[in-house]
Amino acid sequence: MKTTAMSVSMRNDALGDTVRAYALEAKYEFLRVLRTPAFAIPSLLFPPLFYLLFGVLLNHGNSAAAHYLFATYSVFGVMAPGLFGFGVAVATERERGLLALKRVAPMPPGAYLAAKMVMAMAFAAIIYLMLAIMAASLCDVRLALAQWLGLGLIAISGVLPFCALGLVIGSRANAAASPAIVNFIYLPMAFLSGLWMPLSMLPKFIGDIAVLWPPYHLAQLALAAMGREHAGSATMHVAFLVAFTAICFALAKRWLARAT
Amino acid sequence: MGDAVENVAQLSAAVKRYGSTLALAGVDLGVRRGEILALLGPNGAGKTTAISLLLGLLRADSGEARLFGMDPALRVARQRTGVMLQNTSLPDTLRVGELIDLFRSYYARPRTVADIIALSGVGDLLDRRYAQLSGGQQRRTQFALAICGCAELLFLDEPTTGLDIEARETMWRAIRRLVDEGCAVVLTTHYLEEAEALADRVVMIAKGRIVAAGSVSDMRARVASRRVRCVSTLAPDAIAGWPDVRSVARDGERMDIVTDKAEAVVLRLLQEDAALKELEVVRAGLADAFVEITREAA
Repeated sequence: MKTTAMSVSMRNDALGDTVRAYALEAKYEFLRVLRTPAFAIPSLLFPPLFYLLFGVLLNHGNSAAAHYLFATYSVFGVMAPGLFGFGVAVATERERGLLALKRVAPMPPGAYLAAKMVMAMAFAAIIYLMLAIMAASLCDVRLALAQWLGLGLIAISGVLPFCALGLVIGSRANAAASPAIVNFIYLPMAFLSGLWMPLSMLPKFIGDIAVLWPPYHLAQLALAAMGREHAGSATMHVAFLVAFTAICFALAKRWLARAT
Repeated sequence: MGDAVENVAQLSAAVKRYGSTLALAGVDLGVRRGEILALLGPNGAGKTTAISLLLGLLRADSGEARLFGMDPALRVARQRTGVMLQNTSLPDTLRVGELIDLFRSYYARPRTVADIIALSGVGDLLDRRYAQLSGGQQRRTQFALAICGCAELLFLDEPTTGLDIEARETMWRAIRRLVDEGCAVVLTTHYLEEAEALADRVVMIAKGRIVAAGSVSDMRARVASRRVRCVSTLAPDAIAGWPDVRSVARDGERMDIVTDKAEAVVLRLLQEDAALKELEVVRAGLADAFVEITREAA
């Protein structure tokens, strides 16, 4: 009995240590980003600014369009923290030897990525909140509370596929080139997924290949959550995003293992 | 194989290639409990590759690396190690005290902060951001992070590069104290005096192979020759013709003779030049041994 009690308490200690390591990793990731305002401020302001210019000012009083654009710009907004937070930061920290040091240090496996994921989700929440306030106040977007929250949930958890894609970039790209590579993927993918204007207004072949892009699936989920017209079933969209995330993480894991 | 279990870290017939370059060509290397082992060798010899295999950062193409008898990729094995890598930059905006707090959380049994500060001498740096530190201060901080656990084995890859003499002495003292506690240290360095001052055992690597291994005095003994220095009016060319004289160099009036039989050469020098001054006989240092052994291996 005594032995069992002891081994249980040892296991609890070990669990406590791991939780503490995860929490500290997240805390210092947050401090690191907070103390780099040149990164934090533009990445938080860019999506609302973009929404203001192209979603709000260029759209005059069309309620259906306003709702559509709020859903798609929410997706556009939350892509950035995932792609940049992982793509650029991981490339930089890998190149500077920090990733290797933490791996041998011995950081609990997963703490590094978990900290960055929490960070990206926090950024996504702030961006979604800013867009929601703009949509409600400037564009007359009217939703039930459950719809605001549901959309928020989709926006925040929708960061993960882009974290995974960013990680793939960060595990290979050199640090100096990584922002350009991220932008080269981010902006065309947003356009091809119908985030800036509905696919029905674009040439047919763009609509045909839209199912290949993760933002398209996330946008359809967002539209469904708002009770708006959307394509495909929610299950299929979720399945696509989960599979995409898993494949990217698996690929990045292999590449990172070789990247030292 | 019993030997391999005794050792805290072990490479057995380890081979590692990068593309067509053979970085390690079958290396056997054991690190014993509580010893300071210096890995010496020219750049690109395979020192860092050997350490990376022992840390599980790289996998051997063939052969095996073990850490405390386990796969180095296992976290339980690395819990018992501390590491200072060569080219690492830590997050610029975090403070030294915060970095220590973070790295301590990685270990089940962390060293106390007071102890880390006493050993590494970063006490006056705790509130400074990493980017504000000088190169030497950054190196000291990296050393502080390496000793955040109560390690049984420390890997220090060029630990004192960029340190001034005082900071280097501080780190040497810390390393000796850790070894007194029973910690083993694997050290790579290109300061031979560092290996000479610290190491119990020296392993020389060249072109991915171990070319020599033994204590510092074993290494010196492998170089039979000694240096005889003096101020003399004798002609260097004549001395070069004496038996057992390997070479004679002359710098102004100073003569530097390398010989395998110093006693005989000194006797003859004194017989032939009564005015001879400032005679000294020096045993070969690790530097001479190193040059000689790597030249033989090439």
